[in-house]
Amino acid sequence: MPIFSSFCMWSQRQSLLRRVACGVEELRCRRREREAALRKARRERQLVSKRLLREAPEEAAEEGAAAVLGEAEIQHFLRLAQRGTEEKKREEALVTLRQGLQHLETQQTFIRLEGSMQTLVGLLTCNRALLQLEAARCLHELSHSEQSMVAEACLPATSYLLTYLSGHSSNFIELCLYTLGNLIVESEAVRKQLLPQGIVPALASCIQSPHMAVLEAVGYALSQLLQAKEAPEEIIPCILNSTLPQHMLQLMQPGPKLNPGIAVEFAWCLHYIICRSTMPCLSPMELYLLWRCCCWTWLRLSREQRMQDWSCLSLQLACPVIRCLSNLLTEVAVEDVEGQMQLGDERVVAALFILLEFFLQKQPSLLPEGLWLLNNLTANSPTLCTSLLSLDLIEPLLQLSSLSNMVLTVLCNVAEKGPAYCRRLWPGPLLPCLLNTVTLSDTEVVGQSLELLQLLFLYQPEAAQDFLQQSGLQALERHREEVQLQDRVRALQQTALHG
Amino acid sequence: MLLPSALRARLAGAPGAAEPLPVERSPAARAAPFGFVPRPVRFPREHEFFEDGDVQRHLYLQDVITQVAEAPEKSRVPEFTCQVAGCCQVFAALEDYQHHYHMMHGNACSLCSRAFPSEHLLDAHILEWHDSLFQVLAERQDMYQCLVEGCREKFKNTQDRKDHMVRLHLYPADFRFDKPKTSRGPSMPGAIADLSTRTLADDGDAMEVCPSPMTLSSAPVSEKRTYSHRVPSTICFGQGALRGFKSTKKKNKHH
Repeated sequence: MPIFSSFCMWSQRQSLLRRVACGVEELRCRRREREAALRKARRERQLVSKRLLREAPEEAAEEGAAAVLGEAEIQHFLRLAQRGTEEKKREEALVTLRQGLQHLETQQTFIRLEGSMQTLVGLLTCNRALLQLEAARCLHELSHSEQSMVAEACLPATSYLLTYLSGHSSNFIELCLYTLGNLIVESEAVRKQLLPQGIVPALASCIQSPHMAVLEAVGYALSQLLQAKEAPEEIIPCILNSTLPQHMLQLMQPGPKLNPGIAVEFAWCLHYIICRSTMPCLSPMELYLLWRCCCWTWLRLSREQRMQDWSCLSLQLACPVIRCLSNLLTEVAVEDVEGQMQLGDERVVAALFILLEFFLQKQPSLLPEGLWLLNNLTANSPTLCTSLLSLDLIEPLLQLSSLSNMVLTVLCNVAEKGPAYCRRLWPGPLLPCLLNTVTLSDTEVVGQSLELLQLLFLYQPEAAQDFLQQSGLQALERHREEVQLQDRVRALQQTALHG
Repeated sequence: MLLPSALRARLAGAPGAAEPLPVERSPAARAAPFGFVPRPVRFPREHEFFEDGDVQRHLYLQDVITQVAEAPEKSRVPEFTCQVAGCCQVFAALEDYQHHYHMMHGNACSLCSRAFPSEHLLDAHILEWHDSLFQVLAERQDMYQCLVEGCREKFKNTQDRKDHMVRLHLYPADFRFDKPKTSRGPSMPGAIADLSTRTLADDGDAMEVCPSPMTLSSAPVSEKRTYSHRVPSTICFGQGALRGFKSTKKKNKHH
């Protein structure tokens, strides 16, 4: 069987994505608008909605300039597709129909027409492969509609879409998966049909495909399924019982073949599983594998973020991996952590700093999440706190202190471990930094600074002296009246003055 | 951000870490009014802390989805014909041929040349339509497997199976890949027409080279399809389909 991988949709898309994602100048303004719309939607808890998954139809239509189709025209094209004499004409009829279906009015007219969906399903399952493909594209358009009624009209086709997932035509399977992805997001009612129809086993079969595009699409559909609000009770247990988790981990295994586009989708899937399960759902072995997988991806990211293939996707991959790692660290008890998960690998911390630098340049909004991971890594780990010191990472860390309160929290994690640690923190650049943070007006930042100072004064008495000499007391004075701070301010002043 | 120059080198080094410094906590450390305790932090899913990451993820998806919806550019080539014997379809783009090949010849039954969307359905078809041992066993035990991938239930007959698929799996009652088997009779070589001369009415039927009637009793004589295990020698589509294959799929097993 000849292999056509070089002609698949995916490689074309990847190169397009590279152009788009790497900031084409003209698109920046539009991108800012899209971003604002997404922020608003998230605050309204409406981010998991396919309405936002695509550019507004008006813009898409601008390029194609397809017209709205009326009832008679739709009927004409359907009839032509179903019973035409020339193969070419039949395909063209469906292409025209699909272009018309980009408009909401055409979609609404279509679903109101009796027998239209039945005809489309008939074409989807007919014995002309190219008609099947065009029919699937029409269905994809419909599945994408902002109006629920239109998308739900696609339900008669789902058993066929799922059946086709076990086939071998990669382009077609990819299309079916994105169509299913749209329908999954539509409503709980739709998912209540898809689950008994076997979407989970179908995805489990699809995830064994050798085609990159299909794998990425499986990841996408699965990530949508995992975000459903009923996922913790209805969907996640089902998925954990299937072979999907082992295949997901396999796809992210260490090896030169790790594909960043695919890794992005499955990293998000893993994140949704970890953060949304209602009970401890993974066995210690699975937790370990997951941990190892994420660490490996993390290390790989830090090495390759400058490489062409990876650079545009690194930021997309970093976010879910950070979240997986951070959440895993809260799942497991302290005693298990160091032993089983082999937490004591300082390369994870080294990688984190390399990536923090990368975020600083490319996407500063990811810095707080990176620092959150650092907190979770160091909180209960003397090994990694020692690594921060031995790898000389305190000073770089301090450079980020204005960006997040987590920096001070991490420093507290280190300092609270005792005199051996504090000796390495003071003297050094920590003093000027704290003298600065203590003068800020943010109560939380000041509060954290006070906690750090207390630990340093306790374990490294010289620190108190230095602090006094650098007019630290005066800096503290301004917070004397602040309710949340005054007790700690007074206690520190006492310690500094009297030892 | 100024990183130590040795950091990247450390990344390339061996796993592990330096021996941790000794931990020695004083009870005074957590004495009031101070109270710092190190702990890993967990944010609930909807927390605003995740807003930026979620928004970036969505922007990325928007780009991906928009492109999926666009029909891809096809790589045009000089016209050529499908090489599978009995199939005369002509193509001018490789992606079109790829799709056609997979759908029409990928999981095709070598005995009756019906094409199926998946190996799973092809296997079920071969068992139920062409395997006489299956028929014998079916008289004594539940042999008809549910057609939904992942479901292991078996049934006494096709009707029970259909009821199960409709009730439990919410499948349509007229699921097009679950046609009942037609009765046997004398073989009709002409009935298994080659693809190019098939009538257009046939195209309305699901995936099959030769459509079977929906019910047995109302089938007009000219459409009545009967199958024997012996392929008429004048037709060689079966071998043609096999010739196209390098892999040894199950469709070979009846030869």
